[in-house]
Amino acid sequence: MAIFLLRRLGVMLLTTLCLTFVVFWLTNLQPNLEKLAKTQGNMRMTDAQVASWLEARGYARPILMKYGEWLGVVPGFVNLSADGSVQARCLDDGMTIETAPRYCGVLQGEWGYSTVFREDVSDIISIRLGLTAKLMLWVMILMVPSALLLGVLAGMREGSRTDRALSTISITTTATPEYVSGVILIAVFASSAVGLKWFKGTATSAMEDANFENFFLPVLTIALFGMGYIARMTRASMAEVMTAQYIRTARLKGVSFPNIVMKHALRNALIAPFTVIMLQFPWLLNGVVIVETLFNYKGFGWTLVQAAGNNDIELLLGVSVVSVIVVLVTQLISDIGYVYLNPRISVS
Amino acid sequence: MEPLTWAEIIPRILWQFLPVWIALLGLFALSITFKRRLGFYGKLFDSTIGMIGFALVMFWIFTGIFGAMDLIVTHDALAQASGMKNKVPGTPLRGAEAGEYPYYLLGGDNLARDVFSRTIKGSWIVVQIAPLATLFAFMVGITLGLPAGYYGGKLDTLLTFVANLVLAFPVILLFYLLVTPEIVATGIPSYMAAVLFVFPLIFAGVLLNSRYQTRPAVRTPLLVGVLAGMGWLYLSLISDAGTPLKVLPRWLDLFDVPGGILVVFVAVVFVNAPTVFRIVRGLTLDIKTRDYVAAAQTRGEGGWYIMLWEILPNARGPLIVDFCLRIGYTTILLGTLGFFGLGMPPESPDWGSTINEGRKLLTIYLHPALPPAFALLSLVLGLNLLADGLREESLRD
Repeated sequence: MAIFLLRRLGVMLLTTLCLTFVVFWLTNLQPNLEKLAKTQGNMRMTDAQVASWLEARGYARPILMKYGEWLGVVPGFVNLSADGSVQARCLDDGMTIETAPRYCGVLQGEWGYSTVFREDVSDIISIRLGLTAKLMLWVMILMVPSALLLGVLAGMREGSRTDRALSTISITTTATPEYVSGVILIAVFASSAVGLKWFKGTATSAMEDANFENFFLPVLTIALFGMGYIARMTRASMAEVMTAQYIRTARLKGVSFPNIVMKHALRNALIAPFTVIMLQFPWLLNGVVIVETLFNYKGFGWTLVQAAGNNDIELLLGVSVVSVIVVLVTQLISDIGYVYLNPRISVS
Repeated sequence: MEPLTWAEIIPRILWQFLPVWIALLGLFALSITFKRRLGFYGKLFDSTIGMIGFALVMFWIFTGIFGAMDLIVTHDALAQASGMKNKVPGTPLRGAEAGEYPYYLLGGDNLARDVFSRTIKGSWIVVQIAPLATLFAFMVGITLGLPAGYYGGKLDTLLTFVANLVLAFPVILLFYLLVTPEIVATGIPSYMAAVLFVFPLIFAGVLLNSRYQTRPAVRTPLLVGVLAGMGWLYLSLISDAGTPLKVLPRWLDLFDVPGGILVVFVAVVFVNAPTVFRIVRGLTLDIKTRDYVAAAQTRGEGGWYIMLWEILPNARGPLIVDFCLRIGYTTILLGTLGFFGLGMPPESPDWGSTINEGRKLLTIYLHPALPPAFALLSLVLGLNLLADGLREESLRD
């Protein structure tokens, strides 16, 4: 088990390194840097001015060196220009060039500085991630029980009318991406023209003070898309368990149907959905980006869109590291959890 | 003129779809009559779910085709009519000339364009790109997944690592990194297109070669013909005036892909291919332990013959089902791209962009965003139901 974990952690580290390098390379391509220079400096800069702007801030150097600096294995960039002003990567407010640390990368805990928000990347990410965690918590609270209920009810009598109806519902929700269901839900529940006006169409106020009125629609929108898939998996696994020998034995012994479902079938039927719920996280991340944009909830997904749209290199790198780690850790948890829930499978 | 009520709008819309109804009716009548002779396709008509799904999918395919032929649309999808900005469904067109359709059936959007015609035109974009992109993703996934599963070893480790790498990327971040104008200017998507689109050539070449290897008299002309034809298509596809890859001279270039579409296409194929790879690899690992594979190995068949002519045909059931589901997923991805305003030209009538434009005024004007939303929903639902029907039927034998 320990060796398995170590190997998985090694692969995870390698994956994260590769992915951040790809992001770094793509954001540091020449046209992207020129755009960055023009948005940060001045829209009307000439090509020569752009080049000197990039030169002064250390963008015009080999990519591997810049990546090393970001990682914290290469000493930070220092530029002493002719007029005495100093530009250095590791220079924070209240520091001189003598007191500034030599290395300042991710390994030293310095995630860099966002050029769009003009704040430290670590601050932005921790605040935004907190907001998204709140959203995800409620999504999970809504999605998991209702999906399991839907799946168990459909799967306990396969082929019945309940099964048909519930399966159609779950297929429909999987076929509705967030930007479609969100638009429909806003139209029905939040529109000031014809709708019911039960909820608010934006979740901006939910960032400080989340209540049912301003937070339910975004939560429901994300939960709906993921729900159908989990429900279908639960249904398949429940239907399979219900045909097993020991269920038939229990029925022949005269155990009541609710008892069979609750005490005998449910536990075995919930192994497969567990992995599915865990593997659903990466998908939910997509949903979060769409829903936060749609409802103007300034969380992690919204930050991703802002960072990517403005080529904010260090913020984008921070965002990708976090999202990649979320994906890989959930994969790991799902693998380990599967082994614990199902004693017939061993890791080695 | 008075605005139309919904009781008048709905029959008018149904009437506009007349060519689609005729085509659907014809298709279903023919298919149901001859379903016993149509093999796997005919079996689909034994399952109600499958038929409903198939009808929905074919509805949008016919709509796309007829819409592209200007049969269903009532107005030009890009033309703006004065005084029609954000007008509700059924508003009469101010100052309509003779021969012009006198109403905006589903209202006007915030640039005073006809929502109905835009939704119809949008279906053509999806119907063109989604199946083709899925097909390319399958070509890449199959060509790499079969050897990875069959040979295993270092090749498998490497390919699986790369596939997981792409899968660990959040899709939207990948889109933002690949489909921005700055990246397009560097030509990276064009180079990716050149790499990804070569896989159908490899696939066809290896497929035919492994089959007819023992008969060089048939193989050589066949291979030369097929590869020359596909090669020409390939070169016309990747060589474009605006990109760094300009291999073919103007007079040899068959067609140019309109701006942005190629980039969108590449991004969608790139995102889908690793999942297909994983599915094909898993199926290959399972099927290669069967007796008929061992028999072929004993006969002395080559590796590629076994992979393409023994393993692949036996994996077709799950692959066809996944193909349907994946077209739906690709449709969702295309919508996502449009929703974030990536890739497609700004005035493009594709559903994602239209939803994105419509959502900004959603709390006041509902009608511009809802038709494309329901269109996308019904197409993806149709594909899911079709996949369900196919799965049921393929499990039955």
